[in-house]
Amino acid sequence: MSRIGVFVCHCGENIARTVDCAAVAEALKDHPGVAVAEDYKYMCSDPGQALVKKAIEDNNLTGVVIAACSPHMHEKTFRRACDQAGLNKFMCEMANVREHCSWIHEDRGEATDKAIDITRTIVEKVKHNRPLESIHIPVTKRALVIGGGIAGIQAALDIADGGHEVVLIEKEASIGGHMSQLSETFPTLDCSQCILTPRMVEAYQHPNIKLHTWSEVEKVEGYIGNFEVTIRKKARSVDEDLCNGCGDCQAACPAKRIPSEFEAGLGKRTAIYVPFPQAVPNIPVLDRENCTLFKGRRKGLAKDVCGKCKEACLKAAIDFDTEDTFVTEAVGAIVVATGFKLYDIGREQPEGLKGYGEYGYGEVPDVIDGLQFERLASASGPTEGAILRPSDGKEPKTVVFVHCVGSRDPEKGISYCSKICCMYNAKHAMLYKHKVHDGRAIAFYMDIRAAGKGYDEFSRRAIEEDGAEYVRGRVSRIFREGDKVKVWGYDTLSGEQVVIDADMVVLATAMRPQDGIRELAQKLSVSTDEHGFINEAHPKLRPVETNTAGVFVAGACQAPRDIPDAVAMASATGAKVLGLFSADELEREPAVAVVDENTCIGCMRCELVCPYGAIEQREICAVDGHVCGQVAYVNPGVCQGCGTCQAVCLSKSVELQTFTDEQIFSEINALAYWE
Amino acid sequence: MSVPSRTLAAEVREATGINVATCYQCGKCSAGCPMASESDLRPHNVMRLVMQDRRKDALGDQSIWLCLTCETCSARCPNGCDPARVIDAVREIAIEAGGADMPRTIAAFHRAFLQQIRSNGRLHEMGMVVEYKLRSGDLVKDANNVPAMVSRGKLSLLPDRIDGLAEIKRIFEKCGVTP
Amino acid sequence: MTDVAYYPGCSLHGTSREFDESLRAVAAELGIGLAEIADWSCCGASSGHTTDHLLGVALPARNLALAEAQGFDTVLAPCAACYNRLSAARLAIATEDGLAERIPDVLGRPFANSVEVHNAVELLRDASATIEQKVAVAVAPNPLKGVKLAAYYGCLLVRPFEVCGYDDPEQPTSMDDVIEACGADAVDWDMKVECCGGAFSVSRTASVLRLGRAIIENARSHSAEAIIVACPLCHSNLDLRQKAMARRGEEPLPILFVTEMVGLALGLAPADLGMSRHFVDTAPFMTRLVKQAAERVVAEKLAKEEAAAKAAARAEKQKVSA
Repeated sequence: MSRIGVFVCHCGENIARTVDCAAVAEALKDHPGVAVAEDYKYMCSDPGQALVKKAIEDNNLTGVVIAACSPHMHEKTFRRACDQAGLNKFMCEMANVREHCSWIHEDRGEATDKAIDITRTIVEKVKHNRPLESIHIPVTKRALVIGGGIAGIQAALDIADGGHEVVLIEKEASIGGHMSQLSETFPTLDCSQCILTPRMVEAYQHPNIKLHTWSEVEKVEGYIGNFEVTIRKKARSVDEDLCNGCGDCQAACPAKRIPSEFEAGLGKRTAIYVPFPQAVPNIPVLDRENCTLFKGRRKGLAKDVCGKCKEACLKAAIDFDTEDTFVTEAVGAIVVATGFKLYDIGREQPEGLKGYGEYGYGEVPDVIDGLQFERLASASGPTEGAILRPSDGKEPKTVVFVHCVGSRDPEKGISYCSKICCMYNAKHAMLYKHKVHDGRAIAFYMDIRAAGKGYDEFSRRAIEEDGAEYVRGRVSRIFREGDKVKVWGYDTLSGEQVVIDADMVVLATAMRPQDGIRELAQKLSVSTDEHGFINEAHPKLRPVETNTAGVFVAGACQAPRDIPDAVAMASATGAKVLGLFSADELEREPAVAVVDENTCIGCMRCELVCPYGAIEQREICAVDGHVCGQVAYVNPGVCQGCGTCQAVCLSKSVELQTFTDEQIFSEINALAYWE
Repeated sequence: MSVPSRTLAAEVREATGINVATCYQCGKCSAGCPMASESDLRPHNVMRLVMQDRRKDALGDQSIWLCLTCETCSARCPNGCDPARVIDAVREIAIEAGGADMPRTIAAFHRAFLQQIRSNGRLHEMGMVVEYKLRSGDLVKDANNVPAMVSRGKLSLLPDRIDGLAEIKRIFEKCGVTP
Repeated sequence: MTDVAYYPGCSLHGTSREFDESLRAVAAELGIGLAEIADWSCCGASSGHTTDHLLGVALPARNLALAEAQGFDTVLAPCAACYNRLSAARLAIATEDGLAERIPDVLGRPFANSVEVHNAVELLRDASATIEQKVAVAVAPNPLKGVKLAAYYGCLLVRPFEVCGYDDPEQPTSMDDVIEACGADAVDWDMKVECCGGAFSVSRTASVLRLGRAIIENARSHSAEAIIVACPLCHSNLDLRQKAMARRGEEPLPILFVTEMVGLALGLAPADLGMSRHFVDTAPFMTRLVKQAAERVVAEKLAKEEAAAKAAARAEKQKVSA
């Protein structure tokens, strides 16, 4: 027999101005199953809560209905109060007579009637509530960080410093990411590698960080607190334990003219290589695509045609017969920090993007992008820091910097602003002018976006002190004319066409997510937006979480951003992960779906529609062990309580606890039945 | 001339479906416009005048008649604003309003051309040239080319009239165009 | 092979007669049947659409309706302006609200917008393999072999992309492919798609001279020996007006229609292609090319004989030493 307590809140004037709260309480007093009905000015206050607790004790209440604001506001408050009074907290529900009633109506009589109706329906629902217990999930206190750029390194360090083990995986041979390719960083003009490499070494040497380079995520199974990740360690051909980083193999390698990815194509490397001298770990990989020995093997040659690196290695660390291996790591949280790549203006583009035919599709010599300029400016780059143009090695006396190539260009497929280019263009203009005093740096821009700390002052410095010429207008065409690169631009401020005969042109191309991001997102069950960036859980209030519990995101893989923002975001994910690891068990609300195995027919429609991958198939065994059927099973750790499975279930076997069919129908019936 | 009750931007939008507010004045169209050096108003200027409802300034400038309709601006516009079509529409609006600001030679050319088509169905180039010269007052120019063209068989002295001339006249009538 | 509806347009019957002549000659050689649309009328060129949008759609639509009525499914419009207007009309009628319903009334004819429109460059590009084959077996040596030619597309053959759609609007290659199929060298130059001044030829000649000059200079600086065009206006602006834009002492640059070029490669006589109608005399150019080709044939023959002699001598030596 139900003994429900109804408490009607005035909420000061918020509810009482429009709804006659006393009348609502009075009307509910006589409702079958209601033991006590009261009204009070502020139910959420201490005295208000005390009222509820006392009523529970005095009347042996089996359920509580608070007619007040939205459950989003105070459901937790009142459930806690009930719990303290010894009543299971899931026997307490709120009837929303504020947002759904007093705030949207004006007629007092009608509003009061509606408030009575609303409260009644919830009372009828509560009659079908069952006491539930929070779900407890164990947590593996290890984290996986995908991506070893500055964001990944920062997240790994924060979690490791917090006392937990981190597995850091990076697909290249060394950690460091794009930041290691930069010459100097804005706005301080710090040497990029000088501030980065200490962090790289710290991550490598940290007792809590396990580093897998030249590795990628192969498979992810499980759920928050209990992920099982399979990592593919690509065949390096070099034993990481035996190698001592002496470099003899690289000196011996005869294939010396392979375009270096680290030098953005402006320099060359050998087939067995370390991407840059400060690489961490300082262990080479063998590029089997371009290695002479492996080319021979692919041709089907009987004997290996090279092997000079192996001969030169005094540690016998080189083995041409290794294959990719797989490592499985059990972790409780995953941080995605895969960073970005630059948009390419070429003819061949993935779907949805177009190249810049008007700028020559990337085939015009001496038209380079921002990362290539960084390598020119870098003291350890292919020109040792001298600004020399790629075609003939001459020092360019007129350099044109073009903003917004790809960015803010919906016709080419990229509608967003890449955020960092205005700043790095100013930096490039300054670096160029510092090195070529009599050179002309001309920048074509649309708007200057310099919103960070010291950023606007920095970009003004380029113009006011270093003599960069800023022209407001976009460029229509870029092509080669003899020894020069012709640029057809416009100055919208003075109203003239501007034609420059440049020696070199630097294009500020858009930031895009890395190749393979969509495949990775699928493996993690996170979503990406139309551009491929990982989706955050809420753009304003949950920027470092995804919609998949336990998977966090940091850095440029979520949206274009600069180093300080990437680092801040990485530390934020660190905080989230440490928060997750602070308890031995995760407590989750039991508002999850549960399958009645007796009636489930195993059609698995629920599995098809579950947006969170929370449903799996299970076998039902008889007492003697033989399998007699399949049923669905909802993982309470992953289920987010959306109810979609309940809507499609043919046999009505799966129900969302706290919103069962019975509960919902009872609310509907109450509306229809009680006048 | 009746006072228009709609803004120029609304009129252009109704005629073409184009929302000129998408133009963020980047200037790329004007950077590549082959007639920019000869016009006071470049493509992005025309877009701005339409946006700001500056009807007199847009319609009253001969720049819109200097447009070659080469479509370079629209091909390169990053926001898909189609300035070429907007300029087309502004020209149409100017003609409806009387077309007083069309440069004399260009007006003469278009009128002579369309008059020829209406009369013969096909362009009789000799006839068009004569009519153009009369309308434009440009009698002497190119005169020395005529004999050379005739001798090369490039100019026929007699017009090539089609059978379905009534259909052509019908088309002009339905479009409300009298050249 | 089913005939293609041929829409010559006003220029091909007048100032660009040679485009029509060379096209017919080449089509015959390649086995492409052309049937001129009966009673076709002017497409309106730029005067139509710059002054009235509906007129600019209706005038070309009449010709498409005629082609439909005469049982064709494809129209060949060699003039770039006509091609662009016919294609633009097709797109407008297919996409603009209410236009498809209005046009039949304006025309006084039914119209289903079912006919496809192509230009001469597309036609020849699609026939590239046939052209190459025929060039290989032509009796006379190919006068164009190794000759540097600049493909000039102008604006209306490639823009807007939504209207044309058969080639890249910034770095097109279809005409270059035809040049290569003829055995010539398509030069890499920068004014491929920059406007020549189009319809301002008569009404604003100074603009045409300025724009044309930039085009010819760029072709010259990339070692082009001639410029290939597929538009009567481009041809006239660069050919008829070349004398006015030339500087003292400059060698004139011949301007050839793409169909004339293909005709030459196939071994047809310049006179049969209408090349004597040009203002920039093509005779000296052709004389040089024919001489070059003859010399090349002789040189090749000599080289072959030398190589054969060397091979024989080597064989002898081996026999002796064996």
